[in-house]
Amino acid sequence: MNTFLPVENGDTLKSLQGFFKTLLESKTVEALLLPMRTPAGTISPALVVDPSALASADPLAPIMTVNTATLAGKLSVKKPRPKVGVVLRSCEARALIELTKMQQANLADLVIISIDCAGTVSVPDYVSMNGAGVNLWQELFQQAAASPENPANNIRQACKICEQPVYSPRPETDISIQLFGYNIHQQIGVTLPDGLAGNLGFQAAEPSLERAGTVEKLVALRIAARDEEFAAIRLRLEDKQNGSTSGLQSVFAACIRCHNCMNVCPICYCKTCVFKSHIFDHEPDQYVKWAHAKGAFRMPSDTMLFHLTRLNHMVLSCVGCGTCTEACPSELPVGTVFRAIGQKVQETFEYMPGRSVEEQLPLITFKADEWTEVGE
Amino acid sequence: MSDQNFEPKIIAFLCNWCTYTGADLAGTSRLQYPPNVRIIRLMCSGAVDPIYVMKADLQGADGILIGGCHPGDCHYQEGNYKARRRVVAMKEILKNAGFDEDRIWLRWISASEGSRFAETIHEMTEAMREKGPNPLKEEWAV
Repeated sequence: MNTFLPVENGDTLKSLQGFFKTLLESKTVEALLLPMRTPAGTISPALVVDPSALASADPLAPIMTVNTATLAGKLSVKKPRPKVGVVLRSCEARALIELTKMQQANLADLVIISIDCAGTVSVPDYVSMNGAGVNLWQELFQQAAASPENPANNIRQACKICEQPVYSPRPETDISIQLFGYNIHQQIGVTLPDGLAGNLGFQAAEPSLERAGTVEKLVALRIAARDEEFAAIRLRLEDKQNGSTSGLQSVFAACIRCHNCMNVCPICYCKTCVFKSHIFDHEPDQYVKWAHAKGAFRMPSDTMLFHLTRLNHMVLSCVGCGTCTEACPSELPVGTVFRAIGQKVQETFEYMPGRSVEEQLPLITFKADEWTEVGE
Repeated sequence: MSDQNFEPKIIAFLCNWCTYTGADLAGTSRLQYPPNVRIIRLMCSGAVDPIYVMKADLQGADGILIGGCHPGDCHYQEGNYKARRRVVAMKEILKNAGFDEDRIWLRWISASEGSRFAETIHEMTEAMREKGPNPLKEEWAV
């Protein structure tokens, strides 16, 4: 059901906090996982059970410190499962759908509360704003709606090329908080399951007439920006610079194999990743043997193997949240490379990560009669 | 780039039930095939994690052969079908990352096809000889 939340005195955040309070007080959920303003002034996801604590809730702050899908997985993968509402940006909700298919999350007792996202800034940028970021989201939304062709300079690269700023909720179960297409100083759009809307006493209301147009315009511009970015990175991937034998080697030449990209990736869920195992620890003379084979041996070793293996293991489910790029100390365009390659592989399997929980992961299913030219 | 003195090195990941047994049959049948192949036996082509193939390629293997049972004949019902999907993804990734995906071959060879195994090794050795050495063989900074 479509409805809206009235906003009093232009305080959009307070109206949202009130809505979350209703969800806790009505016992719709036992707890809410959502971005909270910490006493020190930063933002962090937190699990809230006390409605009065929601005065610090700030899902509008334009910052994504971690992809919350991983945390939602922790709250739902094992029984007993508490009933938890999770407030997620589109990329986080899509990652949660993928984790569910990988049996690392369970949606039975989770309520996805998706919220429109105009983009986020990097954690250091947000911190350096030192509180000035509080109202940045309003600017981002206004800019995204009024002049989407000029994305704010400080939003993350992954957000500038994000063509899915709005998550498509499952109407039977999900709640969706809609900001695009609404005058957010007056009202916020909400869709929620009919039964829940009835319980909470919401009246059906017509959705914003401008919403579809606003989103469509933004998405078209983001797609254009994405395609431009992908074309640029593909040129670099084809170009074998500095004597490298592959484009990936020249783009990732400065990788120090710290595993940060993997650690923050919502899709890389393995508890015992092969790259953290002793498989890569060898007898001292083995390293020297390898050095003899090629004249020299890069250490730490296997940076290319790491990226190529990670591509094989997770790129079909890459939702493009860009946390990998944020985490890279060498400032490599990890997310853009993975998305650009991922797009091709996803197209091959006609798969779109996060689209539907019913859609099977491509590598666990098959058809008897396909790609007959690959296996002869 | 063909060099007649160049002997390609092929790493073959073969399933226990079909292709490995096929290779065994080629041997017991005294069929001649080039000595360029190094065989690694796995229980199923579906057990070939891409990491093995990527490692071989990055170490400088000139060709990588994955051999499994013909579609419909997998000892584990569907391992070879899943292997095929993985190989499709693997090749697409390598191609888009700027590597040569044509060094990886997937072939279905049954336990009774000793001659087909020998022919495949002939064919692949010549194709890789034509391609020339894997440039990653010389590259230490991978």
